[in-house]
Amino acid sequence: MENLSGFLILGIATGSLYAIAASGLVVTYTTSGIFNFAHGATGMVMAYIYWQITDPEGWGVHPILGLVVVLFIVAPLFGALVERVIMRGLQDTSLVTKLVVTIGLMVGLRELVNQVLWPPAVRPAAKFFPGDRWTLSGVSVTAHDLIGIAVAILVAAGLYLLLYKTRIGVSMRAVVDDRELVRLNGGRPNRLSMFSWGLGASLAALAGILAAPIVQSTLQVDPLTIFVINAYAAAVIGRLQSLPWTFAGGIIIGVAQNLAVVYLPQTEALTGLRPSVPTILLFITLLVLPQTRLRTHSLQRLRESVPHSTLQGTLLMTAVLMAAVALVAQVSDARMVLDLSRALVLCIMILSLVPLTGFAGQISLAQWTFGGIGVWVAATWISSSNPLSLVLAALVAGAVGAVVALPALRLQGIYLALATMAFAVLMDNLVFKQEWMLGSSIVVDRLPGLENDKVFAIFLALMFGLLALFVVWLRRGPFGRRLQAMKDSPAACATLGLDLTRTKLEAFAISAAIAGIGGVMLGMLKPSVGPNDFLMFNSLPLLLMGVVGGITAVGGALFGGLLLGAFPVLARVLADVPVLPELFLLGPALAGISLGRNPNGAVNEITRSFRDRNEARRRRKELREVADVRPEGDGVAIGPEAPAHAGDGRVLIDPLDEPEWLGIDRPFTQREVQALNEALDLKESDLDVTARS
Amino acid sequence: MDPRQPSEANARAAAMPPELMQDPLLELEAVTAAYGRIQVLNGVDLAVPAGTVLALLGPNGGGKSTTLKVASCQMEPTSGRVKIAGRTVNGATSEQLAELGVCTIPEGRGIFANLTVRENLELATYTGKSLSAIEDRTYSFFPRLAERRHQLAGTMSGGEQQMLSMSRALSSDPVLLMLDELSMGLAPLVVEELYAVVSQVAGEGVSILVVEQFARTVLGVADWAAIMLGGRITRVGPPGELEQELTAAYLGDR
Ligand SMILES: Nc1ncnc2c1ncn2[C@@H]1O[C@H](COP(=O)(O)OP(=O)(O)OP(=O)(O)O)[C@@H](O)[C@H]1O
Ligand SMILES: [Mg+2]
Repeated sequence: MENLSGFLILGIATGSLYAIAASGLVVTYTTSGIFNFAHGATGMVMAYIYWQITDPEGWGVHPILGLVVVLFIVAPLFGALVERVIMRGLQDTSLVTKLVVTIGLMVGLRELVNQVLWPPAVRPAAKFFPGDRWTLSGVSVTAHDLIGIAVAILVAAGLYLLLYKTRIGVSMRAVVDDRELVRLNGGRPNRLSMFSWGLGASLAALAGILAAPIVQSTLQVDPLTIFVINAYAAAVIGRLQSLPWTFAGGIIIGVAQNLAVVYLPQTEALTGLRPSVPTILLFITLLVLPQTRLRTHSLQRLRESVPHSTLQGTLLMTAVLMAAVALVAQVSDARMVLDLSRALVLCIMILSLVPLTGFAGQISLAQWTFGGIGVWVAATWISSSNPLSLVLAALVAGAVGAVVALPALRLQGIYLALATMAFAVLMDNLVFKQEWMLGSSIVVDRLPGLENDKVFAIFLALMFGLLALFVVWLRRGPFGRRLQAMKDSPAACATLGLDLTRTKLEAFAISAAIAGIGGVMLGMLKPSVGPNDFLMFNSLPLLLMGVVGGITAVGGALFGGLLLGAFPVLARVLADVPVLPELFLLGPALAGISLGRNPNGAVNEITRSFRDRNEARRRRKELREVADVRPEGDGVAIGPEAPAHAGDGRVLIDPLDEPEWLGIDRPFTQREVQALNEALDLKESDLDVTARS
Repeated sequence: MDPRQPSEANARAAAMPPELMQDPLLELEAVTAAYGRIQVLNGVDLAVPAGTVLALLGPNGGGKSTTLKVASCQMEPTSGRVKIAGRTVNGATSEQLAELGVCTIPEGRGIFANLTVRENLELATYTGKSLSAIEDRTYSFFPRLAERRHQLAGTMSGGEQQMLSMSRALSSDPVLLMLDELSMGLAPLVVEELYAVVSQVAGEGVSILVVEQFARTVLGVADWAAIMLGGRITRVGPPGELEQELTAAYLGDR
């Protein structure tokens, strides 16, 4: 093939950009331990800022000056600020919380650009030295491409010098080894983290600015974000730690992508394939990546607590929900009913994450993708007015879910999240757009009897209730306990012989199956559905609002779904008020980011404060009663008021402390002994064995 | 009953010899500390007089390492006070202490395994010394490390690794040095070599708190010894007086 060398150069040029972006991701991950899903979005935003500064339609500053400003001022400040304000609070939180917060940031940046700062318009993305191009064995190579390669080489050299020849770089590597020991040496890991986030953002900016004109001739939010996200594959090839391998990975991906042009047939069905090459490589890498060792986290103190739903509570919730929906449907207009139904569909979609994220501690960013598969199966395999179609949709979506999860299940949570994201992007680009799939929009018939929108809304409430009951029933059974055990300590489970992979696989399949049903519900709700209803980016708010609501309980899914459904409605209703609509559109992202401060989710927080207060009141009342009858002495009486004397001079135990924790979480002191003795009506002399014998 | 601590009536907390309380560089006052709900230190009183070596001894799980973590501000005590040179340092961070000249060598190998010997020494420069000064002093004490300066620290022998972790104590010119189980997993000869260095550092007037399980070597170096059992200091005194009690403590006969 004569133009091979030309494509090779182009491949190396693209790969260089991947390498630059991925190296930034690896630097932040290794020094701070947080995988930044927002890295791609950061690159995208910086490309927009660069456009704003340099474009004649913007401020028209000279490109070189603009480059300096973005790379050395704006991006580092942004990165450092993100670390200081958002990420630093994430120490001692679970992996899910860490991922969700960065995903929140990603969604937020995307919405910020789309809705607030740069609403869609034509913004040309200029190449550097646009006139200079050469033809190399039949392929046109631009100066911009060559600049990309040169910059990547400079970045590689610069990073090497930084990490091996400067104290701050050596300290960054030292933090990876032993954070605490760096502090004992007098180094400041927090500052190092801040520095590395600044550096990471700068590298993302560099990649984003250079990539923008290559991705498309105008600035586009999603393609640009996904371009940088593709670079995550390079980081995975470097196992999120090795920079040389990350650079090699970037080049491999770029070259493979460009060679795909040469070798793959240019058929209609494969048009989406070229941009999907990195995603496919990510999958392959995950498949062959050596298994990471299970970490036995040493009595990690997480700030999260895990409440669970009961069957009775869920039944009650279902009844109340159906009644409330019926009432609202009666009194409101048609549009409101549709909004409500949409929110209920979102509730079902978030519910699908409860077994996976809430119980198993894994993350999926492809729930709407499974929904798309479900709706396609239900509408085109058999008629969706046949109730069996729902079962079929669940089965197929579940099976696909299992197949997708399989490669990444052996690995840690980050990789599974990446694999699902890659799968979702792949489906968006390659499959959903096809004519035979959702490309020409499909119309989904409702089940017989549900034609009326109000009836359908009540049916959705029922559907949510039934699925919620199923999920709670699962949690109560042996499968649920296995999931919980796995979430608590993977290492302990492995030593007990629990098959982690199978358990995770089942959780994943169940989750995908519920999402499949949710997809069918969306199809029945809307007049027709197409590929845009099932984009990867749509799945992100599900996870955010789920975790914000409290993903371990079905009530959290309800809360999160209703809130997610309410945001756009509020933005619409308040369209004339300044700022508020934008704020509501950013709602899911802001909520997700705020999770770092309050990792337990809203519903848990609310119910817990209620429960705590009631519990305290009940306990105080009971104790008062016990104290009143104590002279008769029935068992171990624990005194009423806080560490005080019960009038007669006896020392009593703090009423709010569980007696069974005595001696475990606080010392069993002389005071408690005395109180116990008195409660049991024992005297010191009775106890002194030596004195009696 | 001591009115200040009614609950400690049955504790066997040892009284501090008055000499220990004169001009202490490090002082712990009624320190309690916990991991989550589990309390590990139950009121530790301890003082290291300026310019002396105090050995903190005791069997596994007594809370020695935890005491050291509290003293070096790696861990916040749940109550009580940590004082260095008479100033309360509760709430300070370990990096602040390090900058002030408190050098802590933690349990296990206090080195960065994936960094070279030289890079490990480079991290000691946060205390304000230049890298070349640190290298010179380290290599003069441990010539073996000079040969290995470009080797990854994690690939060295246990003894060499411990020498490397000691080098920070040597070269950073600390005011207070805290060492946790220098001898762990090392041959007696190497341990002796390391403690020779410790006594040399002590000779330069540095106050030292050493934690050890096996007392023989360390008692030769120490001016004072304290025994720790069940999260309390049960005995403090000159090393000679404590040897017998120590045997009893290890045999569980108390
Ligand atoms: N990170 C931790 N989380 C929970 N408990 C801990 C932790 N570290 C130590 N402990 C507990 O605290 C107690 C005291 O531990 P510590 O390490 O201070 O003892 P030690 O005297 O240094 O023992 P050794 O001689 O074995 O090093 C032990 O019971 C131990 O199990
Ligand atoms: Mg110890």
